Amino acid sequence: MAAPDGAPAVALRDLGRAYGERVALSGVTLELPRGATLAVFGANGAGKTTLLRVLATLLRPHHGSARVLGRELPREGWAVRGRIGLLGHEPLLYRDLTAAENLRFHARLHDVAPGRAAELLDAVGMTRRADEPVRALSRGMAQRVAICRALLHEPELLLLDEPLANLDPGAAGAVEPLLGRASGATRVLISHDVEQGLGEADLVLGLRGGRPALLAPVGEVSEGDVRGLYR
Amino acid sequence: MRRAVSALVRKDLRVELRTGEAVPSMLLFSVSTFVLFHFALDARSVEGDLAAGVLWVTLLFAAVLGISRLFVAEREQGGFDGFLLAPVDRTSLFVAKAAVLFAFLVAVELIAVPAFAILLLQPSAVQALPELIAVLLLADAGIAVVGTLIGALGIQTRARELIVPILALPLMIPLAIAASRATSPLLLEAGAGALPGSWLLVLGLYDLVFGLLAFAVFDYLLEE
Repeated sequence: MAAPDGAPAVALRDLGRAYGERVALSGVTLELPRGATLAVFGANGAGKTTLLRVLATLLRPHHGSARVLGRELPREGWAVRGRIGLLGHEPLLYRDLTAAENLRFHARLHDVAPGRAAELLDAVGMTRRADEPVRALSRGMAQRVAICRALLHEPELLLLDEPLANLDPGAAGAVEPLLGRASGATRVLISHDVEQGLGEADLVLGLRGGRPALLAPVGEVSEGDVRGLYR
Repeated sequence: MRRAVSALVRKDLRVELRTGEAVPSMLLFSVSTFVLFHFALDARSVEGDLAAGVLWVTLLFAAVLGISRLFVAEREQGGFDGFLLAPVDRTSLFVAKAAVLFAFLVAVELIAVPAFAILLLQPSAVQALPELIAVLLLADAGIAVVGTLIGALGIQTRARELIVPILALPLMIPLAIAASRATSPLLLEAGAGALPGSWLLVLGLYDLVFGLLAFAVFDYLLEE
């Protein structure tokens, strides 16, 4: 199942995606080596979330090609599901189930031992609230549970859309070893925090109106270059 | 597939037990409708074709309520995405949802059918219980299969509450005919007649054809 040796974790060639007549993403070409981090910047509506959903196999590319973990999307999407962890705007948790029940449900879908759920809840400091329905949790707590959900199956590729949103500094510190470089996973990170995003990145992609306006190794990108994307 | 189906069914049943969003409304609708028929028909009891028609039309409309709710959590709480990211056969979602809808229908009928008998039938018309249960289960299987397909289709649209009955009820006309014809001789005041095997066969074929159709197209319904 693993990508062939040396194959990039993500390889995009002229990738495009539209919603009806509106082009949300176009002309994205890049290669991301395994274990590296791609930081994606851009104003609202720039196509960042669309890119993430294509990589997660949730949206079909309409143009160009996308290879993820050595597999062609969407044809071989089945082969990479379960190797990707997605943390998006929505926590993908059932509000009427408890945090622990949600994680046990996803653990069963991913054929992961239920003990892993308890281990992750402990790591993000949610053990005490594990038996409360998600609807009773604050946004930050739900985000911590969502992080557990995304990491349950120890994914090789992490797709993170503002992963620290709603987290207080203590919680952000607690999830850092799980989501940060130490996780060892290849990461695609969407962030509006320029400093934090650049600090995490190996490669930087800036999108404007769905098109790449900036693509360079992090060493060649300044904060000003990134801030320019939001003007 | 078994692991995923089991996880999905357990999740749905747990959510329903906790929220009571589907079964209580289906049950309340059924019993209320039988009460309305009890007064509106101006008869002490009904039998045969009329009784079967009242029973099945009521149960089908109640089923539509359940179908409309079937995928709501998946759509509104990101369950579709969570499921689609898992390395499981997508058909398992269809099997699980159909099983859950079937369970909801059985749960409703456990109370609604006795209520129907009390409100609209003479005691002598309730003699063929095993045969009636067989018809109910075969028809429930058909409703579950078609309802799951329509529910998955309807949830993709904004006008879910409108689309589901518009699509489901015409598709269920063959089922309504077969179920009513099969039930009619079982609800005679003069005593139950024989269960018409040909209509049971029609119900079985309906279940089979729509089951196969659902297996063939459900994957596409989950596409964006």
